Amino acid sequence: MAQHLREALASVNSLLTLNDSSGTSGGVQWIGLREVREKTTICHARDEKPYINEVQDSHGIMVEVLANGQFGYAASSSRDGASLRRAVERAHTQAMQASRWAIHRFSLEQRPVTTAHYSSSVQYPLSEFSAGTLNDVLISICQKLQRPKIVRTEAFVQAIETDVHFVSSNGSDAHQNFSYLTADFEATASDGSLVQSRTDGGLRGRSYQGGWEFIRDPALWSRIERVSEQAIELLSAENCPSETLPLILLPDQMMLQIHESIGHPLELDRILGDERNYAGWSFVKLEDFGKLQYGSSLMNVTFDPTVQKEYASYAWDDTGCSATREHLIENGVLKRPLGGMESQLRAGLAGVANARASSWNRAPIDRMANINLEPGTSTLDEMIASVERGIIMESNRSWSIDDFRNKFQFGCEYAQLIENGKITRTLKNPNYRGVTVPFWNNLRKVGNAETVGTYGTPHCGKGEPNQAIRVGHASPACLFDGIEVFGGGAV
Amino acid sequence: MNALPAFMSRDYFERLKADLMGQLSSGQHLYLSLAAEQTQFIRINGHQVRTKETGARIRQIGTVEEALLTCTYIHESAPGILHRNVRTVTLCGDYGQDWDHAQSTITYLKTETPRIRQDLFAKLPERLTSSEKEQTGKLLSIHEAPEALLSPIASVDLAGIYSSGKMVRAMANSAGLLHWFSTDTFNFDYSLFTPSQRAVKATYSGTHWDTAAYAASITLSQDKLKRLDHPARKLGRGSYRAYLEPAAVHDLVNMFSWNCIGEASIQQGLSPLKKLRGGQTHFSKKFSLSEDFSRGDTPRFNEEGALAQEKLALIQDGRLTNALISSRSAKEYGLTPNGASANETMRSPSVKTGSLKSSDMLKRLGTGLYLSNLHYLNWSDPAEARITGMTRYACFYVENGEIIEPIENMRFDDTLFSLLGDALEEVSDQAAIISNTDTYGMRSLGSAAIPGILVSEMKLTL
Repeated sequence: MAQHLREALASVNSLLTLNDSSGTSGGVQWIGLREVREKTTICHARDEKPYINEVQDSHGIMVEVLANGQFGYAASSSRDGASLRRAVERAHTQAMQASRWAIHRFSLEQRPVTTAHYSSSVQYPLSEFSAGTLNDVLISICQKLQRPKIVRTEAFVQAIETDVHFVSSNGSDAHQNFSYLTADFEATASDGSLVQSRTDGGLRGRSYQGGWEFIRDPALWSRIERVSEQAIELLSAENCPSETLPLILLPDQMMLQIHESIGHPLELDRILGDERNYAGWSFVKLEDFGKLQYGSSLMNVTFDPTVQKEYASYAWDDTGCSATREHLIENGVLKRPLGGMESQLRAGLAGVANARASSWNRAPIDRMANINLEPGTSTLDEMIASVERGIIMESNRSWSIDDFRNKFQFGCEYAQLIENGKITRTLKNPNYRGVTVPFWNNLRKVGNAETVGTYGTPHCGKGEPNQAIRVGHASPACLFDGIEVFGGGAV
Repeated sequence: MNALPAFMSRDYFERLKADLMGQLSSGQHLYLSLAAEQTQFIRINGHQVRTKETGARIRQIGTVEEALLTCTYIHESAPGILHRNVRTVTLCGDYGQDWDHAQSTITYLKTETPRIRQDLFAKLPERLTSSEKEQTGKLLSIHEAPEALLSPIASVDLAGIYSSGKMVRAMANSAGLLHWFSTDTFNFDYSLFTPSQRAVKATYSGTHWDTAAYAASITLSQDKLKRLDHPARKLGRGSYRAYLEPAAVHDLVNMFSWNCIGEASIQQGLSPLKKLRGGQTHFSKKFSLSEDFSRGDTPRFNEEGALAQEKLALIQDGRLTNALISSRSAKEYGLTPNGASANETMRSPSVKTGSLKSSDMLKRLGTGLYLSNLHYLNWSDPAEARITGMTRYACFYVENGEIIEPIENMRFDDTLFSLLGDALEEVSDQAAIISNTDTYGMRSLGSAAIPGILVSEMKLTL
């Protein structure tokens, strides 16, 4: 793929207008070609039978042109030289047409030069398993989930191999080779009209970079029985009470809490209003950085695309910007937004390398990568022991937040009641609601490194045109004071 | 726009189909699906945060040309013993390369599929009724679009996305079936904002761009926006009478496609409608929901080529009359399929209109809330059809039949059995056609026909 793309760039470089880096003549200032080849393998079994066996191959090139201070793009699955030349001309035409109406004047500084290479760390390559073998593995998981009162079992694997190669007229020649794996299973229990389901850490939450080692991992196989038994246990559980109580969230729910109430509101394109017609705006304002007490002093949040195995690690974003770890929130104070080079210029703020595209057919926009809550010092036992009456929740099943990322309501699969510092019984249909900044300022204890769990999701949706992208979140267990919790049933 | 890529022509698809079917021998069966588009996207944001200047500006502009060919292969190892496997490839428009890719895909499927266990619910291709629809429109060229879009809104704070171009959906199978659907469409999905950042949402969409109609859409939205430029009322928790505009009702109706109206989700106990089928509850007699393909803006054929009925009643007078039944569910549960897609979601929903006239709406509401849109809905307790979400955009407090002031956005947590059941007082006498503007992966097709509803109570929680 690499040589082919270099030759393609050489063939269109003649369209560059020499000595026009300032973009005053209306000529082509810059050309970038980002070729993406992605193979997605999906295997899904239900009730010990094959359900979905599918492979999706996606392959195309995003051509970007800078002219007159405006970027234009032409993405095409036609990859021959003549098609690429037409794509450059089309991107140039559009950049010129749009430049009269441009929201900001950009330059080559928003497309830095990168020659870095990145590969996911893989122990057992994804090519190791045939479709037949994978089916047998998933059916075996379904069999292990099966027991009395379990009426539905399913097991799911999604394996993605992605090759990205980026070349540009200002010297970028960089390659990233990703290997992603998501594994999940679910048991649904029923007794009369009661139905309860339990998954392995929330829907598709176990998403990582790597290979089949996650399927071979004995820890995965040891969790199967627990998932099934907890689904049955929920059938006889009480509803979560409606009270304002201390709440402990385990990492597979903290992932969602971080994603919705830290990640999205800190996206700089939202703060700049680009998302107002779709995903929404943000309560965060440009002047809040460096000042806003987002949460309690125990709160430290990082943008960290350097963590091996975490789902959204990479060396450079889709504009060529080198990816580094940065603090977004330090001791509870808001420090830095999630904004790529274009947003940083528009906002006048330092950001991060997060201008990412979901595939070759979309232009990069500001996204999360790995957004992690750094561990504190408390053990989980200490947190539980400190609570006179409270709730522990785990594994997300419902999520909703307003378009400014203030008022949220989240639901979990499984909860337990804490009384006098001890877990006393299981609760079903647990939900909680709150408002972002007061919620994070109620953070009373942050779990130590032993409580940290790492998760991710393949389905973070945003952007116009829409883009679903992969993000990762690592978090310790956390204790919050004074949270409104409630259960299910008709209202 | 530009010359169409070769992969968007019917001849190209038919040639690939003929060549691929020629690779099959006894016991080997194939479904082919094509999804292709040539689209221009223009993303607009009219708010310069640092300079505080207002006026629509282009944030991003570009085109996408793409085609996906999905091969669903069925291996029949013995009569009635089926094994199923799917592979999707990207076409590039060079027949030699595409044929090589398609051929290697078939070779892969022939090799791998026999190793997969029997699929008890797979279905062999049938020679059903073929169909063809080619809708041509009058769209803006990529040269015309920026000026045509931006000129009328040059001084307006607007955010939105313009999508325009041709879309193709085609399907064929090894039994000789062929469906072809092609359409030229545009969508301009936008929001207008007041200086205090309250907003009105609208869509101008169609097959023929009309400059006057576009200007009228903007003017109408600007008129609505004037009502929002007042301080907002902060509401307390509690139950409120409410009128929900069609766009807000559409958000409620979309919940029926989320583990709800599909036969598999009902049979497997995941759907809130299990209670409806069991007769333990029902919606209001005033609520009727159907799949209605009479608008013709989305294909009636599914992945296997089965044509859905032009109109299928799902909820009639508050009772569940039909679920969406795919061929897979039909086999598993011993039922008759009704042309539903494999994921059993609605493709062309329509809610029956009622008798509430728009001129009477505020009077009938009396004192309560006028809600233009909802946002970010999710099940908060699926077994009880309980959902949570937010109010969004142009939402007002109404007193004695008069709009008093906009409201601050509120969270609701209520059940469909209440909102579309006991609390449903009236349905409006006009349905709005709401275009599907989703663009995940590719542009979506189709629309929904949805009226507004008046409810006696809606529970606000935060």
